[in-house]
Amino acid sequence: MGKTTAEKIFASHLVDEPFSGTKVLRLDVVMCHEITTPIAIADLMARGKDRVFDPTKIKAVIDHVTPSKDSKTATQAKMLRDWARRHAIQDFFDVGHNGVCHALFPEKGYIRPGYTVIMGDSHTCTHGAFGAFAAGVGTTDLEVGILKGVCAFREPKSIRINLNGTLPKGVYAKDVILYVIGQLGVNGATDRVMEFRGPVVDAMTMESRMTLCNMAIEAGGTSGICMPDMVTVEYLWPFIENEYPSKEAALAEFSIWRSDDDAVYERVLDFDVSALEPIVTFGYKPDQVKPISEIAGSPVDQVYLGSCTNGRLEDLRIAARILKGKKIAPSVRGILSPATPKIYKDAMAEGLIDIFMEAGFCVTNPTCGACLGMSNGVLAEGEVCASTTNRNFMGRMGKGGMVHLMSPATSAATAIEGAIADPRKYL
Amino acid sequence: MKQFGGPVLYLDRADINTDEIIPAKYLTEITKEDLKPYILEDLKLPGFDPKGEKTRSARVIVSRANFGCGSSREHAPWVFEVNGITAVIAESFARIFRQNMFNCGMAAIELPKEKIDLLFSFDNCPDTAIGIDVEKQTLTISGGGRKEIITFDVSPFDKALVLAGGWVDYADQKY
Repeated sequence: MGKTTAEKIFASHLVDEPFSGTKVLRLDVVMCHEITTPIAIADLMARGKDRVFDPTKIKAVIDHVTPSKDSKTATQAKMLRDWARRHAIQDFFDVGHNGVCHALFPEKGYIRPGYTVIMGDSHTCTHGAFGAFAAGVGTTDLEVGILKGVCAFREPKSIRINLNGTLPKGVYAKDVILYVIGQLGVNGATDRVMEFRGPVVDAMTMESRMTLCNMAIEAGGTSGICMPDMVTVEYLWPFIENEYPSKEAALAEFSIWRSDDDAVYERVLDFDVSALEPIVTFGYKPDQVKPISEIAGSPVDQVYLGSCTNGRLEDLRIAARILKGKKIAPSVRGILSPATPKIYKDAMAEGLIDIFMEAGFCVTNPTCGACLGMSNGVLAEGEVCASTTNRNFMGRMGKGGMVHLMSPATSAATAIEGAIADPRKYL
Repeated sequence: MKQFGGPVLYLDRADINTDEIIPAKYLTEITKEDLKPYILEDLKLPGFDPKGEKTRSARVIVSRANFGCGSSREHAPWVFEVNGITAVIAESFARIFRQNMFNCGMAAIELPKEKIDLLFSFDNCPDTAIGIDVEKQTLTISGGGRKEIITFDVSPFDKALVLAGGWVDYADQKY
């Protein structure tokens, strides 16, 4: 019987099975940010165990509120910074070099097919785009990961999601994943891996695959996973060219992590995306979705473009194409947060930042900030935001505020019209 | 081992997320105790008051499906813990929240819908209380002169975490 990617990773990383159904895995990467790590650091210090299992396998970034906005966030940043220095963690990213963790760490080439990855952040599932098992965890799991390099899981069964057909104009990975979540429901993949397959995924860039996997958690999924292929190799090539004689050799090695043809899935779902419309959320749960035709015209106060879901260069390019030469509605505040400094610089070099600023957008530094209502674009009571982020929970971007999740293209069209708008007429 | 049981806070809705349990703006607190006033601050339910007596006196929460979905923040179990709530009983949990509860030595107990409905049938009794014995995997609910004993499943690993007082101590001894 064949194995899924997740099963292969579990088998190869198994350290212990203390009880039937619980598997303790060796970790390849433990990622840390300044919101969930400081309490783990404080607890390790209080226990007299201020150690790290391997400083080269720990990656740390200050990203949620940066530069610090007040004394409390400055203290959190300082705790992470001091800890990284104390333990000689080389891959630590501070102001000037920092960006949204799930955009920054892949960009640095830290994630490889077959890896196990944890972080004290629910959107860690993003990294499954590389054919890795990547799971968000709480602070205690993170603490044990830092100290011991292991994490315990109930081995998740995989749901295979075949994305068939071809994406129509104006419809992107974000629309696909919102649609899939709408079909599965917010707990449709709890304790499961969501394995994204099919010609639509094969044709996607790594950026788009990360958008898909990023929102696996919004259906309850432990990790998203895409099959490693030549697209994966090309993305990682600058980081691995000294490790492999050729791209084909890298592909051959990465391919061992692909699910076997006769792997067994708990469920197999087939979706044809060829007739899909742009998708937008309407309520306070990510599975409350509507096609654009049923929600267009609904007014918004703010448009936010950024985050670990859709703050990558590809996303900025798509939005800029729509915004070029246009002004956003005077009733709308447009905020762009490129997800990393590299994305920011590349966008500047391509003239994208000019397009956003000419259109009337405020361009902020890379940070998670507004996505979870912490800084740089918090909503007031009763305000509505069109957002390329991942959660529309009540109050998520500010107490009493409402969020409509959508693609970068739809957000750009919405900014122009001041109300939820169909991007296809601008393409 | 923590003590489980006491007065009950009923939260009658599915998909209660960790942003509702503790909004992100309070994640800048460095100590668990500082989270205490903000429990369930953004949860909007008919008749529910996050600052009310029922919230203050509760030791157990009973809720519906997919409790604790969303963010991985362990601040959600912590804000319960510092308010004296050490067990949540629900039809199902989001994975990370469930693991966070057990990792802290607390209990996240899943029961089928009809058992949850039975627990909800005690909602209007002023003296409703639940006692939980994790080792024996039974819980007792009493109120309004009625009493029911319900057995539940818990994975052997999660039970071991509760008995060990959490995952850090357990893992540190073993790995």
